[in-house]
Amino acid sequence: MTTMLMLQTAKTADAEPVFHLENEHEHAEGGSTMLGFWIYLMSDCLIFAMLFAAYGVLGGNYAAGPAPKDLFDLPLVAVNTSMLLLSSITYGFAMLTMEKGRVAATQAWLAVTGLFGLAFIGIELYEFAHMIHEGATPQRSAFLSAFFTLVGTHGLHVTFGIIWLVTLMVQVWTRGLIAANRRRLMCLSMFWHFLDVIWIGVFTFVYLMGVLR
Amino acid sequence: MNEHASHDIHAHGDAGAHGSLKSYLIGFALSVVLTAIPFWLVMTGAIDNKQATAIVVMAFAAVQIVVHMVFFLHMNTTSEGGWSILALIFTVVLVVIVLTGSLWVMYHLNVNMMPGLHDMRQMP
Repeated sequence: MTTMLMLQTAKTADAEPVFHLENEHEHAEGGSTMLGFWIYLMSDCLIFAMLFAAYGVLGGNYAAGPAPKDLFDLPLVAVNTSMLLLSSITYGFAMLTMEKGRVAATQAWLAVTGLFGLAFIGIELYEFAHMIHEGATPQRSAFLSAFFTLVGTHGLHVTFGIIWLVTLMVQVWTRGLIAANRRRLMCLSMFWHFLDVIWIGVFTFVYLMGVLR
Repeated sequence: MNEHASHDIHAHGDAGAHGSLKSYLIGFALSVVLTAIPFWLVMTGAIDNKQATAIVVMAFAAVQIVVHMVFFLHMNTTSEGGWSILALIFTVVLVVIVLTGSLWVMYHLNVNMMPGLHDMRQMP
């Protein structure tokens, strides 16, 4: 065995050394961040898929408690949906002004996005408080447990998105639109639009289907 | 090899990857329409049949998700060398398995466990 190895090395030693550096070329800093973040979003999507599945299975178990028809206020949900949709387009405008390197305009659009996000969270908390006040707490029935878990998880994501947004506004304020900040803003952009995509599922399957049922 | 690397860097920094004002506005307009119609359908009960309404509403949601993916998340088959669409397809497959599997199994479990549905004397 050893002799065979020795022979092989002796054989290759004669020849011109060949190096294979296919995986060692230079990577730009953050070059793979977007793909990595996308894969994180996909894993987050799976979390929501589990919660949607739980809601789909348990959504009809009212335990003689209130049903979606008694609880959901569709005009309020429509306003909430429009808040999130508007925040998506204003984040898009923030990205467009970022590309042009206009710091003040980017900050302004980010601030508007954050305000729409806060409005969304505010309306959602109002809705939750109203439901809990009426006795429709997460403990009331399997339907309400699944509802609060699914919609609450989405709301928590939006809350963390707003915290992230404020953090990035401070970063842009102190450092300007440097490459690292642009990359971070692009990640948050994907996160924010992704949350809007999840919300399409929520308002369709939870609210609209719930009222139809 | 270096050419490939520099191409990658260029692709990541490319302004085209973020869409234009036009694409954002088209996406927004489509989203507004695709959101308003399902809400209108459910709130007014424009279609008498509830099941038909449910199918139409779900179809609108599916289309709107695609619109958001294309116009806001700038999803296409070439971004990141096709890896993002591959990850997306994989996720969609998993989501479909999770959702249909859970609903299908639990529906049949509920139906078959319903008391009084089966006469146990007929069981082997």
